[in-house]
Formats: sequence, structure tokens, C-alpha cells
Amino acid sequence: MSLTTAYAPPRKLFSLPSLDTCGAWLLAIVWVSPLVFAVWAAFHTPEGALSFKLNAPLTLENFRVAWDAAPWPRYFLNTTLLVTVILIGQLTLCTLAGYAFARFRFPGRDAIFILVLLQLFILPEVLIVENYVMISRLGLFDTILGIGVPYMASAFGIFLLRQAFKSVPQELEEAARVEGCGWFGVLWRVYVPAARPTYLAYALVSVATHWNNFLWPLIVTNSTNTRPLTVGLSLFGATESGVNIGVISAATLMVIAPLFFGFILFQRQFIQAFLRAGIR
Amino acid sequence: MALYGWMLLAPALILLITFAFIPAFETIWASLYSKGTLRRPSHFVGVENYLSLFSDPAFRKVVTNNLIYAGITIPVSIAIALGMALWANAQIIGRGFVRAAYFTPTMLPMIAAANLWLFFYTPDLGVIDRITALFGFPSVNWLGQQETALYSVIAVTIWKEAGFYMIFYLAALQTISPELREAATVEGAGRWTYTRRVVLPLLAPTTMFVLVNALINSVKLIDHLFILTKGGPDNASKLILYWVWEMAFAYFDTPQAATMTTLILVVLGIVAAVQFAVLERRVHYR
Repeated sequence: MSLTTAYAPPRKLFSLPSLDTCGAWLLAIVWVSPLVFAVWAAFHTPEGALSFKLNAPLTLENFRVAWDAAPWPRYFLNTTLLVTVILIGQLTLCTLAGYAFARFRFPGRDAIFILVLLQLFILPEVLIVENYVMISRLGLFDTILGIGVPYMASAFGIFLLRQAFKSVPQELEEAARVEGCGWFGVLWRVYVPAARPTYLAYALVSVATHWNNFLWPLIVTNSTNTRPLTVGLSLFGATESGVNIGVISAATLMVIAPLFFGFILFQRQFIQAFLRAGIR
Repeated sequence: MALYGWMLLAPALILLITFAFIPAFETIWASLYSKGTLRRPSHFVGVENYLSLFSDPAFRKVVTNNLIYAGITIPVSIAIALGMALWANAQIIGRGFVRAAYFTPTMLPMIAAANLWLFFYTPDLGVIDRITALFGFPSVNWLGQQETALYSVIAVTIWKEAGFYMIFYLAALQTISPELREAATVEGAGRWTYTRRVVLPLLAPTTMFVLVNALINSVKLIDHLFILTKGGPDNASKLILYWVWEMAFAYFDTPQAATMTTLILVVLGIVAAVQFAVLERRVHYR
């Protein structure tokens, strides 16, 4: 592999890259290659894409065809709404529940907490059939709320916020109480600001998860007005199957672009958020 | 105080009960009833659904597939994640790029990842066949033949998941004090010894966490099947949850789907019990 020479600095400031560097880079290149080939295919004609000639002419035709073939703006709007609704629901419910578990004493609390943790294992994904019945019963079939509501009481979120609230010093709470804050004032003025890194981490994870979620939205949506991007993309792939890899690649890139650039821009915060949230 | 506690919990509890506990019980209930038709309404059949499920060769195939899927994706993605984390934490050139490259697949929807891999697996024209052709190997229909379909799906899962688990290892590695390394060096421990004797034991709780996550993912991560193989050819790459989906929403055989879901719940329940027991023990030792 010519990697060693390609990435060695020209002057003898550093020694040659170590075996570690080569291995790490080799794996990194293998890991990004599917994405790189999708970019390659998306910007070339089918013939150009499959010839693998570096000087093949570039084209935006694939993006134009892909964009015209499905109601993408509506899908983008649906996914944005979905992610927002879920996040608002999760932050509200998990904050209240996490606060109750962290700072209130009442009989049955620990038993209930075990029940909540059990939801980490009884996943909405596994209960698709009965949850579908439940959503239909509640009249939420084919609505954004219907896609989002089973995820709102997130056990993971409750657990994370309980941990964060527990690490807040009691003196802060007492000080706020002396100032005349009720339980809500204490929560809002003391606990929520103190748990900001946890909120950030949880929000990033939640948005990424639900932007990408597929199986449950596939089941509870039935129209363009609710279908999120992932479901739209899968339908798109189905109708175009075997036709043009360039168009599919272009559509795929459009779908992943917002989250991808978000990640590149906030990469440091994202990874830091994970580290700070104390997820172990 | 107690009243406030319950009030705060109420919204979350109501949703948990509505979308986790009631459906779970309804699933178990439904698995004991026959499929209703117009002429013969649904009636109680006891364990009949289970017996017919166990005697179904498709069931055995799907369970075997899922065991192979879990048996390969879990250890391989954890091993790769560990390697990634050690590299992403080491002093190497271009560390930022390397980290981002490892993590990127995690940010993609599984559906999109599957689309990207289609381009790799296409017979003759796909990237993999182009590369193997350079070495004189014949073209392979990776997704279209029984021998390779499941393993092609497995490769996509590993590619997608390893970077996610890396983050947890990276977080754990950064909490290891550099003094330990110095101490180990003073004691004359080489790098390999240090990694094996100091780092790996310290990562054990992380591995436990990642293991449970990987186990859950090996049940729930089936999105790519919809794009890559649809479980085919001839059930060769079908996984349990995909089978459930198909039973319920393509064949409308709810009792069969419920029976299978109950079995999944039992397995996940055992995993949960084991994990809680381990956590409990660790708390006691502390």
C-alpha cells in the first residue's frame, strides 16, 4: 500500500508513520469506501460510474432525476416534524420522570424504576404488531404523532436524566428553596441547567436515531403526508430497482446529507457529548 | 411528597403502559388464540400455535439464521470497535479523519447504508466483483444465492455498528489515567502486556454494556433486509423480526406473529434478568 508514503510529511520532522497509523488509515479507508463510491456514482452517468475512469465526465443529472421522482420536500418536512415532536415529548416526560426518580421518595419507587428499565428490553421494534393495533385503536394511524408517541417515554432518557439529577449537589436545591422556589422552580432553575450536557448528548442521540428509524414508520404510515425520508427512500429504491445505481445513490446522498453535515460540523461536540454523558 | 412523585411519573408511566406493557401482554394473549376467519372466529387454542411454529421448517431456518447473525455480528463488531477505539485514541497522523471515518456509518439510516452496499454487491458490475475479477475470481451473485446472502447482510451490519460501539470504548479509554501507563512502563511492561493486563480489564464494564446493546441490535436491526434481500433467496437471509413483520403485515397471520414475538420477549427478558443480576452483584461488591 502506498499509504505510508502518501501521508508521511516530506521533511524529517516526524519519523515514518507507524504500523498503527497505516492500520488505522487502511481501516478508515475501507470504512468510508461505500460512501465514496456512492458519491462517485451519484455524480457520473451510469457508463461513467461503472468504468471507474477518473476523467469520466461529471453530471448532476442523477440528482435532478431523483429529486423529480418523489415528493422529497414533503418527506424532509415529515422527518423534521417527527424528530421535533419526539424530542419535545422525550425531553418533557423524561425530565419529569427522571426528577421523580432522583429526588422524590415514595413507596414503590424502586419497583417502578425496574419496570421502566425493563423497557430497554421490551423494544417498540419488537412489539410492532400489537403497537400497530394500539395506534389504530387510538386513531393515530398515519399521523406524525402516531409514529412518535411509542418512543416518548424513553427508558434510556429517564435513566440518563436521573443519573444527571442525582449528581447535582443538594445544597443548590436547598438554596433555591430558601429563595422561595417550589418543586417546579427547583427543577427548572437548578436541575435542568445543571444537566445541560446530558440534554445535549441525549438530544443528539435521539435526533440521529429517529431521523434514521425505518421499520415502525413503515408500518404506521400510509401516505405522502406522514411518510418520513427513510420510508420514502425505501419506496424509491423499490420502484427503481435495478434501473440506475446513480439515481439511487443521488437519492441516498440527499437523504443523509442534513444529518451528515450536521455531524461533520458538530463532530467534536457530538463525541464530547457522548463522553460527558457518562454512558458506560 | 409521594403525590408529587407520582404526578411527575404519571405521563411517562401512562405511555410506557400503553406502548410497552399492554402490547406485551396482548402479544402473549394473542399467541394463545387461533387465527379468526369469517366462518370460524378466533378461539382459545392453548399452546397449539407454539407447536405448529416449532414444527415449521421456516421457523427453524429463521432462528438458525438469527443465531448465525448474532454469533458473527456481535463478537466481530465488538472486536473491530475495540481496535478502532485503541487506534482513535492513539497518537496517529490524521486522527480526526480516522475517527470520523469509523463513526460515519453510524450516522446513516440503515436503509441508506443498504443502498450504498447494493453498489458493492451487484454481480459483475459491483465494486466487489470488479476487485475480485482483477485477481481472476469469477463473478458472484452475493445477495442472490443461498450461500452468501446472509453473510453479505452480516457484513453490512458490522460496518454499520462497529463505529457506534467504538464511541463507548473511546469514552472508557479516556477515563484511564495516564499514570497507569507510566507505572506499567516503569515495571517493564511492553505495550501488548499493558493493553492485555491493564486496559482490557478496565474496559470490561464497557464490554458488558456494548454486549447487551449488540445483542438487542441483533434482534431489532433488520432494516437493510428490506433493501438487500427481502429475506431471500428462499429464506436464506431472513431474520426473526423480518419474519414477524412478514407474517403480520404481508400474510396477516397475527397469531403466528404474536407467538414468535412472545419468544423474542422471553429471550430479551432473560437477557434483562442476567444484566440486572450482574449490575446488582457489582453494586454489592462496591
